[in-house]
Amino acid sequence: MKAPAFSYMRAESVEHALELLSRHGDAAKILSGGQSLLPALNLRLAAPAILIDIGRLDELRGIDLRDNVVTIGALTRHVDLLASEEILSSLPLLRQAAAHVAHPAIRNRGTIGGNLAHADPASEFPACMLALDARMVIRREDGERRVDARDFFRGIYETALEPCELLVAIEIPRPQSGSRTYFHEFVRRSGDYAMTGLAALAHLDGAQFADLRLSYFAIGDRPYLARATSHLVGVAITGERIAEAQAALDAELDPPDDQQASAAMRRHFARLLLSRCVANVLERPELAMEAVT
Amino acid sequence: MTTARIALMVNGEKISAEVPARLNLADFVRDQLGLTGTHVGCEHGVCGACTMRVNGEIIRSCLTLAVQADGCAVETIEGLSDSGEIADLQAAFRERNALQCGYCTPGMLITAQDLLLKHADPERTEIREHLSGNYCRCTGYHAIVDAVERTAKARQRRP
Repeated sequence: MKAPAFSYMRAESVEHALELLSRHGDAAKILSGGQSLLPALNLRLAAPAILIDIGRLDELRGIDLRDNVVTIGALTRHVDLLASEEILSSLPLLRQAAAHVAHPAIRNRGTIGGNLAHADPASEFPACMLALDARMVIRREDGERRVDARDFFRGIYETALEPCELLVAIEIPRPQSGSRTYFHEFVRRSGDYAMTGLAALAHLDGAQFADLRLSYFAIGDRPYLARATSHLVGVAITGERIAEAQAALDAELDPPDDQQASAAMRRHFARLLLSRCVANVLERPELAMEAVT
Repeated sequence: MTTARIALMVNGEKISAEVPARLNLADFVRDQLGLTGTHVGCEHGVCGACTMRVNGEIIRSCLTLAVQADGCAVETIEGLSDSGEIADLQAAFRERNALQCGYCTPGMLITAQDLLLKHADPERTEIREHLSGNYCRCTGYHAIVDAVERTAKARQRRP
């Protein structure tokens, strides 16, 4: 279908965008790359009266590493993340994830800020933000605030952003050296939204986990940090421990049934991702076999 | 404003037009410029039939507003075809029967050329990955991958 009619305004600066947002509030939507918003408009899932185009605000673009914090401008595109040496060396999880976000033509226009503000529960980046303990930098006309990823995602397409606010950057603490990452998603076609996926960050202490953050997506109305990892931290990992963690994971999840996958299928994927992640991070492939569910 | 004046280059030609804000780039080139080689399939970014190049990068023209292309250099399948840039790729598609109905072909050609420009000698899995956002409902993809691979090899042999 075609998008409904709307008025179009091109912001000349961040201040201008904030002024337009504060003037038009709920009636307006921010347009950055448009790779989530335009499908929503074309499918008539959204019908804002006004689009405020921030796509040309170069001040919102770029990746900067300072004092062990990586700051990513909201207009940084997926293709920029894939090409960035800083991301590769500091946040490999984000690079792994970016390769799974849609297709090359979409990655050339889609922006990380647009992706996060859209908050699709099946999207890769929100789960990465949770795994990496990122902070969203949010501006409004009268100031700036920071919101942790765990408080930012509030539900399907819902975030902590107020109508007058703009997500301008994401701050991600650089994981300590020696940390390990794992990313995998189950999809019907490469680049499609996941049926279930996992973004993980682990810190090892010898052969054990000192910390393990398993952030699932397409498993509920927002990315989800599994509590079941408490069964795996600070203990010797065996097939039995993994089975315990899988059972605990199963008990805490409440996945939806929809046209993408049944709840039972998602539970199966989630358990499988847990064992594969642990086996992969510990470099003990036999663990994934022992723990097959 | 519900309409806007835009100025852009399309296939090397300067274009100036008044467009509704909601008009996407695919409909703009098809309906206002008569360039119907760009096909419109799903209109929500899934099928890849509307792939174009904007400032040298491939994009979904159904997910790009015409107003967003203001000041940009747009290349459609007509541009790539008329300049001869992809003549060998088109010939390989024809020889290998990499199209039947042809609906997906403009998008396939532009996406495949994008890969070959970046990556002169791709593996078959890389070809499949790069084309993963382009649906073909006729060929089963095998012949398309063959045609792209054959073109890559032939270009490498070129002096």
